[in-house]
Amino acid sequence: MPERVPAVQMRGITKIFGSVRANYRVNLDIYKGEILAILGENGSGKTTLMNMLSGIYFPDEGKIFIDGKEVTISSPREAFDYGIGMIHQHFKLVDVMTATENIVLGLHEEGKLDLVKAAGKIRDICKAYGFEVDPDKKIYEMSVSEKQTVEIVKVLYRGADILILDEPTAVLTPQETDKLFAVLRTMREDGKAIVIITHKMHEVEDLSDRVAILRRGEYVGDLMTKDTNAQEMTDMMVGRAVSLNIDRPDPVDPKPRIEVSGLTVRDQDGILKLDNVGFTASSGEILGIAGISGSGQKELLEAIAGLQPTESGSVMFIDDDGNKKELLGKDPLEIAALGVTLSFVPEDRLGMGLVGNMDLSGNMMLRSYRRGKSAFTDRLFPKNLAKQVVEELEVLTPGIETPVRRLSGGNVQKVLVGREIASAPSVLLTAYAVRGLDINSSYTIYDLLNQQKKRGVAVVYVGEDLDVLLELCDKIVVLCGGKVSGILDGRTADKNEVGLLMTRVGGGEKE
Amino acid sequence: MLDLSLFIPRAVMQGMPLLYGSTGETISQKAGNLNLGIPGVMYVGAISGVIGAFLYERSVGGAVGMNPALTILIPMASCLFGALVMGLLYCFLTVTLRANQNVTGLAMTTFGIGFGNFFGGSLIKLTGADVPSITLSATSNTFRTQLPFANTTGVIGKVLFSYGFLAYLGIIISLIAAHVLSRTRTGLHLRAVGENPGTADAAGINTTKYKYLSTCIGCMIAGIGGLYYVMDYMNGVWSNDAFGDRGWLAIALVIFTIWKPDIGILASILFGGLYILYLFVPTGTNLAVKELYKMLPYVVTIVVLIITSMRNKRENQPPASLGLSYFREER
Repeated sequence: MPERVPAVQMRGITKIFGSVRANYRVNLDIYKGEILAILGENGSGKTTLMNMLSGIYFPDEGKIFIDGKEVTISSPREAFDYGIGMIHQHFKLVDVMTATENIVLGLHEEGKLDLVKAAGKIRDICKAYGFEVDPDKKIYEMSVSEKQTVEIVKVLYRGADILILDEPTAVLTPQETDKLFAVLRTMREDGKAIVIITHKMHEVEDLSDRVAILRRGEYVGDLMTKDTNAQEMTDMMVGRAVSLNIDRPDPVDPKPRIEVSGLTVRDQDGILKLDNVGFTASSGEILGIAGISGSGQKELLEAIAGLQPTESGSVMFIDDDGNKKELLGKDPLEIAALGVTLSFVPEDRLGMGLVGNMDLSGNMMLRSYRRGKSAFTDRLFPKNLAKQVVEELEVLTPGIETPVRRLSGGNVQKVLVGREIASAPSVLLTAYAVRGLDINSSYTIYDLLNQQKKRGVAVVYVGEDLDVLLELCDKIVVLCGGKVSGILDGRTADKNEVGLLMTRVGGGEKE
Repeated sequence: MLDLSLFIPRAVMQGMPLLYGSTGETISQKAGNLNLGIPGVMYVGAISGVIGAFLYERSVGGAVGMNPALTILIPMASCLFGALVMGLLYCFLTVTLRANQNVTGLAMTTFGIGFGNFFGGSLIKLTGADVPSITLSATSNTFRTQLPFANTTGVIGKVLFSYGFLAYLGIIISLIAAHVLSRTRTGLHLRAVGENPGTADAAGINTTKYKYLSTCIGCMIAGIGGLYYVMDYMNGVWSNDAFGDRGWLAIALVIFTIWKPDIGILASILFGGLYILYLFVPTGTNLAVKELYKMLPYVVTIVVLIITSMRNKRENQPPASLGLSYFREER
């Protein structure tokens, strides 16, 4: 192979936040005409490293070379000047502006601001790469994948030839992901350097030419994708051998536990969110709920948990003796008063699940503040519970007095799940329990769910990764536009079938 | 019956300080700085102008020796300087040190009013007058110079041309501000900073520069509003606390105009009219009725808030990161 010249060389990059070493002496090469995947667990410093390349952070130590010349990148503007464009995980778009306004933002083109001309140029770029973007559409009217397309066009409009994508597929459906990958491959053929941050193994295998692996802020090494496999990459990433199989014990003596029927929910604007939804979740089973995000998953779980006003339908809790209790129309306190222990791990961990500025024991107390005999609450119990959760779930934290906001995503989730299962629930509702978690933390969560299942808990698992849903769940309810599109057996269903059901009710080709 | 040819000029003159204040506040808010210090800034602008005019009038010894250009320029320059210092102070605290904007703003209002009353009181002492006020009639007369044809064109002249130059300047500034905000690259960048500073920063916009510039310029515009009040509306009479709650009304006006300075021109005149309506409608001897009329501008603001919130149109909402400070490396 001829000697290739790297477009970007990062040498000895170190970045420290307070007492956390986000990156330590990292060396990385990026080549044109190649798709490089950066792989690593949460908090391993992937995003931090790339943020230093795109001028968001400034390295404490180390050098960056572009085309062999040493450069200093102290702001995003300078990064543009070197042809580096980054598509952040949380889109950097102004909601109330149009696609065009967002794309020209920050540019200093010659002459007066000419949005019509800019829109024309945007249409040309879209044509060249096969994007579909309406330049005059407001961002808040767009779907997630449209927003992402705007981000990519924004980078191309600036003439970037080094593209960094931070977990671009986290919010896309399988179909949208395929489309994105096709575009990225076209850009590679075009001679652009592409860096993609991810922790989805099959995407790395599918798309990248080379993979660089980070572990706890340090560079472990790189591999040519075609010479490696998921097991090897995971082991390098975690630093020890990891089993990549998700356990699925057979349900023991499943009995119907939650019976949902005819559930209909409208939001504040009167838009139908759930339409006549019905299914049964049984004890000792994991019931998966699949669907494109925003198909009513959130409303469904919140309706069961007593947080969402409903229009009609019923949610029956069936205890071990077969007695039925209606949960609908009751708030969480009233549900608890019925003797139903229902735990809910919401999608928005720091918004609905935990209080970011409170420490671990304080957050444990949110569930137990009614304990204690006198006017004073029992502070010892949450403290011990916090210690127990930290120990059992291996939460990485400086101590139980640390505000949860300072923990990484995986650890925040462990704290939340730990608290919820501590109350020995009979029903456990989880929404996107592994969203944003790395592979190691994800497997910890799967194990926890399986333990609950073995205890005879009815577990409801709303997920986005179809591979996981198919491996973990006993039964899968597919939602599409608020309707139940199909109910499948997790052991026999295949990915295509679920994918089709997600996009069309009943899975047919036409409506 | 309401005499419109009397009522409208009074409403316009009453509305002008509000227009200056709300235009300044809008520019500041569009960059994400909720400057609740505006009432204080207007106070400081007014007293700074008064100090400048007072010193100049004294140094040349009365109306005879006064140069018209300097008579205008000295109070204007001192007013702008005072307001600018307030703006810089606010930016330093909230942008550089990232202090809480609400607390900073309220503190600056308290400070500004105190500053104004302290120096106002001192000047009153210096003049040794019997009444608790200073009168700068010579300066005020220059500020209130009317267009030559104002008196010869009847009702139209009275309604359209009978104002001092600052009134027209206020309208021009508002039109320019509206144009810059909605049509130019600078405006686009400014709005992006107020909506989502992280995005603006990642797009290569210097958020600190934009926040500083917009807030300082906004403060200077608001400061002129204070100067207008003393030199034009009050005919050059400063007395402590006379400015009243006009600064707060200016902030209410920002919401009323849904952050659009051009709407502000008509809205400020409407507010001005509502503010003085009680003087023009017969309210009898019952003082309580007068107070009810004085409530009108606030009632209208609340109604507008309810309507815009109910319609929930995204474009009519406050800038998304209004009141929040931004730090790039925050984790």
